[in-house]
Order: sequence, then C-alpha cells, then structure tokens
Amino acid sequence: MSLTVLATGPLTTVQDLGRPGQAALGIGRSGVCDRASAALANRLVGNPADAAVLEVTFGGLAVRAEADVLVVSTGARCPGAPHAAPVVLRRGQELRLGPPASGLRSYLAVRGGIAVEPVLGSRATDVLAGLGPAVVAAGDVLPVGPPVDPAPGVDLAPVPEPAAGELTVTVLPGPRADWFGDAGWTGLTDQAWAVTSESNRVGLRLDGAPLERLRAGELPSEGMVRGALQVPPSGLPVLFLADHPVTGGYPVIGYVTDTDVDRCAQLRPGQTLRFSSR
Amino acid sequence: MRLLPSGSAALLVELDGLDDVLALYAALSADPPFGVVDVVPAARTVLLVTDPAATTLAAVADTVRATTPRPDAQAVGDSVELPVHYDGADLADAAELLGLTPAGLVERHTAAEWTVAFCGFAPGFGYLTEPGGQWDVPRRSTPRTKVPPGSVALAGEFSGVYPRESPGGWQLIGRTDVAVFDLDRDPAALLRPGTRVRFTAVPR
Repeated sequence: MSLTVLATGPLTTVQDLGRPGQAALGIGRSGVCDRASAALANRLVGNPADAAVLEVTFGGLAVRAEADVLVVSTGARCPGAPHAAPVVLRRGQELRLGPPASGLRSYLAVRGGIAVEPVLGSRATDVLAGLGPAVVAAGDVLPVGPPVDPAPGVDLAPVPEPAAGELTVTVLPGPRADWFGDAGWTGLTDQAWAVTSESNRVGLRLDGAPLERLRAGELPSEGMVRGALQVPPSGLPVLFLADHPVTGGYPVIGYVTDTDVDRCAQLRPGQTLRFSSR
Repeated sequence: MRLLPSGSAALLVELDGLDDVLALYAALSADPPFGVVDVVPAARTVLLVTDPAATTLAAVADTVRATTPRPDAQAVGDSVELPVHYDGADLADAAELLGLTPAGLVERHTAAEWTVAFCGFAPGFGYLTEPGGQWDVPRRSTPRTKVPPGSVALAGEFSGVYPRESPGGWQLIGRTDVAVFDLDRDPAALLRPGTRVRFTAVPR
C-alpha cells in the first residue's frame, strides 16, 4: 500500500510524536506542530497515537492512492479535503488540498500510518537539526503501514476551526522573567504581536515594540522546550515550536502553556498574537 | 539549588556550577522521576521535561529536591579516544590567546582528561570540559558560516567537535576523522554527558 505524491504545496513533511528522551544528546523532540489536530486525525482512522501523518503547510498537497485507503484531514481546513470526516480513497483516486481559509497546518492521516523508515526511533522531519525523513517532494511514493487497531467508525468529529485574525493565549513567567522586570512583562502582555513571515517549524518570530533587558551580560546556554518565549538582543521574542533548539543562550521571559502552543502553530504571517497572564 | 518555572510542562533547576550539574544529572538520568521524558543538562542548569498527562510539576519538584547528587558518577562514563590532526585555522591564534606556542597548546589539549558535560547546538555536539583546567578562549569575533565536519575547537572553558558542517564561532585547532555523530551506528552520538574523552595527536 502506498500514496504517490503529485504536489506538496509550500512544505509537506512526515511527522509523528518525535524523539523524546534524546535531548541530552543534543537531539530535539521535533514531531507534529499542532499535536491536538494530529492526534485527532490518527484517532479518526483508528491509528495509534504515534502513527506518522503528513503535515501540510498552507495546503497544496496532492496525492494518489495506489490501493484503497481510509484518510482524513484535520487542523487547517483545506478545500477538497476530508476535513475531520474520514473517507475511503479508492485505488487510483486523487486527493487535492486547496489553500485553507484560516489556519496554517493541516494533518493528513492514512489508516495504517505513513510507514517511511524511522530515524532514531521516529519518522519526524526535524528541519533545524536536519534529522529524519527528507521533506516530502512530488514523485515520492510514501508507503502505508498495516492497520493496527479497529477503525472507530466515526463519520465526523466536530472541532473548532483555527482562529483567523487575533489569537490570545495564556503565558506563564519563564526562568528569566526577572531579566526584563515588570516593564518587560507588561510589554509582553500589553501588545498585539505580529507573526512575521520568518516563522517556521522552529518558531514564530514576532514583531512589535521590543522588550528591554534590565541587565547586560551573557546567559550560559540552558535547556528549553516548546512554548518558550526567547528574547534575543533585538528584544523581539521568538516563540519556539516543534523543531526548537535543545538549548539556547538568550533569556526566556515566559512560556505559552503547553496546550496553547498547538493553537499558536496554526498562526500564519500577518496574524496577531496576544499573551494573557492569568 | 533553585527551581525556576519553565511553563506548564517543564522545570529548570539552576545550580552553582558545572560540577553540580554533572552530579545532579548523573543522579536524575540514572533514575528519572516518574513522568519525566527528558533530562537536559547545560552549563548551570538541568531542565526536566515532563509528560503533563503523567505527572505534575509539583511532584517532579519534590522528587528533585529529594534527589541525592552523585558527584562520583562523573568518572564512570564511557571512554573515547579521538585522534586529531592539529592543523586548525585558528591554532596559532588560540595558542596566543592562552599564552602558549601552538605545540604547547597541542600538548595541553592532549594531556587533558576531558569529560562531556552536556550536549546541544547540534545532534551529537558535546561540550567537553577539563575539571580544573585553565581553558578560557574567547569565541571568534566573526563566526564562520561554514565549519567543516570533524573540526576540533575551543571556546570559553569548552572543547568540542563539530558533528557536521555548520556555522560556528569556536576557534578551530584541528580535525578528527572519527564521526562523532553517525546515524548508521548505535548509539549515533559518540559523545554523551559523562563520556570521558582523550585527544591524541596524529603525527604530521
């Protein structure tokens, strides 16, 4: 069983839950950017949680089924996609995903999972570390694995669409919030940050009124995780997503709560982001 | 030991220095607290990454506070020998910064018993330290856009080996033919926290 890739759009990668447990070796977790959407896609076709899916950035993916397969898409809703409603793609039938009206990343799950060769225990493509399967390209033939669990028989899963316009997420103080003081925290939480086009799977690069450091000096590199708001010397925070570096040498002022990071992964350039401290 | 917040899924433990980091990392990695998926040592900190579905940060914090560091464990890591061609582009500069001749730097670099303190920057890049060593080498003022794989380098109190071609600001003193990161080998990363490293000079 396989899918033949006819087109990929701006970026399509194979992703799963990544490589936990190897960060001490300098190997980041990586994996799907919007974990909640990918998990739903796998559930809808009866895959285990760690099955590999296709992460499609801003639509544009086209595939042809080389055997009858059950497929579903979640995340950003693309015209032409079986959005949150599994369908059988017959042998020879093509599936084409148009550009989504809102959101950025869509997840295409195939019953049995994308069965490319794992690298260091995972099928995730880490674009920062250059680890894992190659970025998906037109002409690729992606193997599909054997089904493991029974199909759930769900016709449709009603889920909210990713936000268009402004998104507000919850932020908690980070380990170096004191480097920025009260004024820095107010600066972080009191403005609408613009998501710039330099954003990718590594992180969202934000634009706005820069945050000022209260102290000079270098920070010895320290470990960080998804959701970290790292502030480089420019004062413009970077919100780390799936392929973030394992350690970083710039202070982390705050952390977006773990579940809210998934929503941030659906932001596209031009949208705005607000941080609410509770 | 200071426990610093790192969001809803992680906890950062700040310590006084590298020795304390190594000792706490040795204890935590040998017996990770329940629900902790990654333990990440760095220069002054140890990050604990949890699975929020399996544990709470409060439970992990309690376990960390009750953990007895293992300063003795540093000496039990694997031992690796890395033959080096000491012909790096910055060998003379680095020697001068340390008040040594190039031959003197090579002598000190090969005499030292290095230990991988932590990894980062790239998969398989180890930050090597010599306990009690007198290494203090500033980074290059202008980083290179391309450092060749296998480059052996110095920066601050650390020595390191670039696993693959990448940008880098460390002073290059030589190169090794040993692949420190190789996906076709198990384990792929040769240099892991605690690994002891001895550099040897390949005769010219």
